[in-house]
Amino acid sequence: MEAMLAIAIGLLSSCGVYLMLRARTFPVILGLTLLSYAVNLFLFASGRLVVNAPPIISSEASHYTDPIPQALVLTAIVIGFGMTAYIVTLALRGLSESGSDHVDMPEMADDINSEAAIAHQPPATNQKEQQS
Amino acid sequence: MIEHLSQALLLPLALMVAFGGVALPLMAEPYGRKAATIATGAVMALTLALLIPLFSSVIGGQTVVMHLDWLPAYGINLGFRLDGLGMLFSILILGIGILVALYAHYYLPDYDKLGRFFAFLLLFMSAMLGIVLSENLLLMVVFWEITSLSSFLLIAYKSEAYESRIAARMALAVTGGGGLALLAGVILLGQVAGSYELSAVIAAADLIKADPLYPVILTLVLLGAFTKSAQFPFHFWLPNAMAAPTPVSAYLHSATMVKAGVFLLARLYPVLSGTDAWVISVSVIGAITLVYGAYMAMYRDDFKGLLAYSTISHLGLITLLFGLSTPMSVIAGVFHIINHAIFKASLFMAAGIIDHECGTRDMRRVNGLFKLMPITATLAMVAAASMAGVPLLNGFLSKEMFFTEAVLFTGFDGAHLLLPVFATIAGILAVAYSARFIHDVFFNGEPVDLPRQPHEPPRWMRVPVEILVLLCLVVGMFPAWAVGSLLASAAGAVLQAPLPAYDLKIWHGFNLAFVMSLIALAGGVGIYAMRRHLIEWHHKLPSLNSRTGFERLHRYLVEQSERILRALDNGSLQRYIALLCAFVLVYAGWAYSTGGRLPQHNPGVPFDIAALIALAGLMLGTIGTTLLHHRRLLAVVLIGIVGLVVSLTFVRFSAPDLALTQLSVEVVTIVLMLLALYYLPQSSPKESSRARIARDIILAAGIGLGMAFITYAMLTSSFNTISGYYLEQSVPGGGGSNVVNVILVDFRGFDTLGEIAVLAMAALGAHALLDQLRLTPPAKDAVGRLWAEEAHPLFLKMLMRPLLPLALAVAVYIFLRGHNLPGGGFVAGLVTGVALILQSLAGGLSFAEQRLPKYYPPFLGLGLAFAAGIGLVSWFFARPFLTSAHGHFEIPLLGDIELASVIIFDLGVYLVVVATVLLILTELGRLHYRKENA
Repeated sequence: MEAMLAIAIGLLSSCGVYLMLRARTFPVILGLTLLSYAVNLFLFASGRLVVNAPPIISSEASHYTDPIPQALVLTAIVIGFGMTAYIVTLALRGLSESGSDHVDMPEMADDINSEAAIAHQPPATNQKEQQS
Repeated sequence: MIEHLSQALLLPLALMVAFGGVALPLMAEPYGRKAATIATGAVMALTLALLIPLFSSVIGGQTVVMHLDWLPAYGINLGFRLDGLGMLFSILILGIGILVALYAHYYLPDYDKLGRFFAFLLLFMSAMLGIVLSENLLLMVVFWEITSLSSFLLIAYKSEAYESRIAARMALAVTGGGGLALLAGVILLGQVAGSYELSAVIAAADLIKADPLYPVILTLVLLGAFTKSAQFPFHFWLPNAMAAPTPVSAYLHSATMVKAGVFLLARLYPVLSGTDAWVISVSVIGAITLVYGAYMAMYRDDFKGLLAYSTISHLGLITLLFGLSTPMSVIAGVFHIINHAIFKASLFMAAGIIDHECGTRDMRRVNGLFKLMPITATLAMVAAASMAGVPLLNGFLSKEMFFTEAVLFTGFDGAHLLLPVFATIAGILAVAYSARFIHDVFFNGEPVDLPRQPHEPPRWMRVPVEILVLLCLVVGMFPAWAVGSLLASAAGAVLQAPLPAYDLKIWHGFNLAFVMSLIALAGGVGIYAMRRHLIEWHHKLPSLNSRTGFERLHRYLVEQSERILRALDNGSLQRYIALLCAFVLVYAGWAYSTGGRLPQHNPGVPFDIAALIALAGLMLGTIGTTLLHHRRLLAVVLIGIVGLVVSLTFVRFSAPDLALTQLSVEVVTIVLMLLALYYLPQSSPKESSRARIARDIILAAGIGLGMAFITYAMLTSSFNTISGYYLEQSVPGGGGSNVVNVILVDFRGFDTLGEIAVLAMAALGAHALLDQLRLTPPAKDAVGRLWAEEAHPLFLKMLMRPLLPLALAVAVYIFLRGHNLPGGGFVAGLVTGVALILQSLAGGLSFAEQRLPKYYPPFLGLGLAFAAGIGLVSWFFARPFLTSAHGHFEIPLLGDIELASVIIFDLGVYLVVVATVLLILTELGRLHYRKENA
């Protein structure tokens, strides 16, 4: 079983890194998600693989698995979500600022002009009024 | 040395008043300029008043030392010291500071409300005071750097002027750079002496001078002193710093900033002086600066520039005197510090008045002012005469002592005979530029085309000048009475030895020094008389413009830095990640080949067919996502499989909490990705070159193999848990049987508080990024189909509505049981988030928005407040932050229930998680909604 988990973690990290090296934001987000799985599993595995011994104290249980990695990974999963959410919004913002989903935002070279362009866009409410 | 502990506390107290007072002018500013000035003067006066009680014991020959441990492991301590030298400088800094504050009130224009100016001035003054009152040398360097920074602010005070900014930057670069050298020197000094306390360093003087590092220490310390004191060839920042307002020049270039350099020479004199290296380097640099400054002063057409070069020259004189290293030369040097501070401050102030009244500082136009402002003219003439060394004035006395020392000096193997010649030339030049200042400005015909009609300044603007000029006369005529004990005490602190017998008097008989004075006076006037020829000759010399040289160097350095930066940092995320991965591979490979091995004896868990199926699913999902990432929607579906397998892995290996969390996060993440995909392009172009793909595969394969290898090595190695305490104490100590939850909300509650704070920050960051964001969603999907007309299928809507109360009930259940069974705030928060988001998905955002809050950031704050607030409650029971309490409660209908205070903490966690999920997903959804309505 240990070998299988090692293969799984290796594969997840490998594909995660490959996707993070792509040039577009969406594959990078996917890659980051895969890498988070790998890291969470790895951290979790540092408590070793134990079957049928959840760390819930009861009179019937004879032994428990290590609770510390679980506590660490639990918050890591939630924070991982926060990070993914942030990167996703960053990608969307990048798309709106540069018009491209390339990670380097190549159209941002002349960023002062595009800032100005954004500032001069009429707000959404005005557009609505004009149309109606 | 005697320490009076109760009295010595006045030293840190005085510094606290001074630094604390920095804010006072800013607070007084709204009450008018006068209030700001009075506040500044009051801070300075109070600081001085706090030090005065210590003066009597210092004059009695004692050194007051105050020592507080700060970072003892690094030798950085709050060590303060007041000896004769510190006392002399404190009086100069604070006394002249008060006069400068009064002067500045009238000098600066009425529209300047003065708060900012005086705050800078007080900051600078406090740092300067810190330098002279430091016992710990590292502390002194800290204050030293603060003077560099605050003088930058003062010189650049007229920040709208290009000149001021350049001058300030130059002063900062030169003196700040010197400060770094000084820091290095002081660290070496401390290493050699074994302590950074000045008393210990002085005691170790012989050890330091014998150490092979001594030349390095000396060079570094002298670099610090010479840059600050504007010694040749670092002098160029000082004339440029004349771009500062005149009160700043009067302060920085008479009693403070530049005197910090000579103060350092005096302070470390007992430690570093006496060697040939000291005598030669210090006195030669001093002598060059003395003559160069005096020579250049003669050719300035700007009278403030003349005073600037004269300052350089006088600092050279003081440096030279410390370099000669005889007891009498040191006494002369300290005496000249006093005299120069007095006459130069008054001269700068007088120059400021003239500038203020005439609107120009050009001596070719400012002429004949004696008739227009006779009182100011008289004052300035007396001060200038003192600068030239005319008898009966204080400048004469120390210059006479210098001439005597120049004659008596016997070092340098015969070259010492040059010294009296050098001294006389410098004396002649000093008389010549002083004569030029007096004659050109106050006589020499009529004013030429002045912007303003000059007249006497306001009464109180002249008072500081009058006080200082009076001091010139008093010290000049009754030296022993006026400054005798102060000088003896300061010189004693520098020499750290009994003083030789000397007489502070005007008439020492008709000796060689007096002859030199006469030659200087006569020669100076003579040179001034033939100035036209000299000026013509001077203009034929190649000009040594250090300022443009500095600017050129500065620009060159900036350009080169930018070039290197562009080469290293090309802004490509792909390159950074690739470099990072490559580094990780190399570093881990190196660690593997040099490190030890893990002992391998873990029996392991036998594998079964279910695990094999799960692994197959995970491989399918992972490889599928990677290969098909160009087809983005498909990739999202495939990555969902991976998440499910990961959750199942947690289930299998005894981690029910993780499984619940992972599963709910999975749902939220997929919704998030789908929402994002709506705006992002539906597919990625195939644009990577073959070489790029090959590079990435190699990196990815390396990392993957490494991770697999490390995981396998870790899993099969022997294992000792550190969780025993938590397992034992969970029920009796934390009142819960779910150990993971008890760890999160109780044992490691502080970590969790930090983690939910991070989560809240990520949510707020996303909120800021989405604010005002405008995107145009594509009209068609990846394969060119139009989006479905019916946005919210009726069937889904109807199915979801009854699900909501069920889902919320489940969330409440999961939340409440979390302390004892799998669940808790994190999971319950995610389940609630998913339940509410599903309603938006099924019923449309407008449906959900009518029933849910529109703005989530306050809920993040509320959650954090709950979690931190319950932690604070434990303070009221005199317990550390986040101490928990639990007990059994009898509740009607429900019976006996065990409750722990951490449930409030968990409620905070719950709120933050719900708010984060809803904030991000509804705001992303609203983007779409806004578009639909537009």
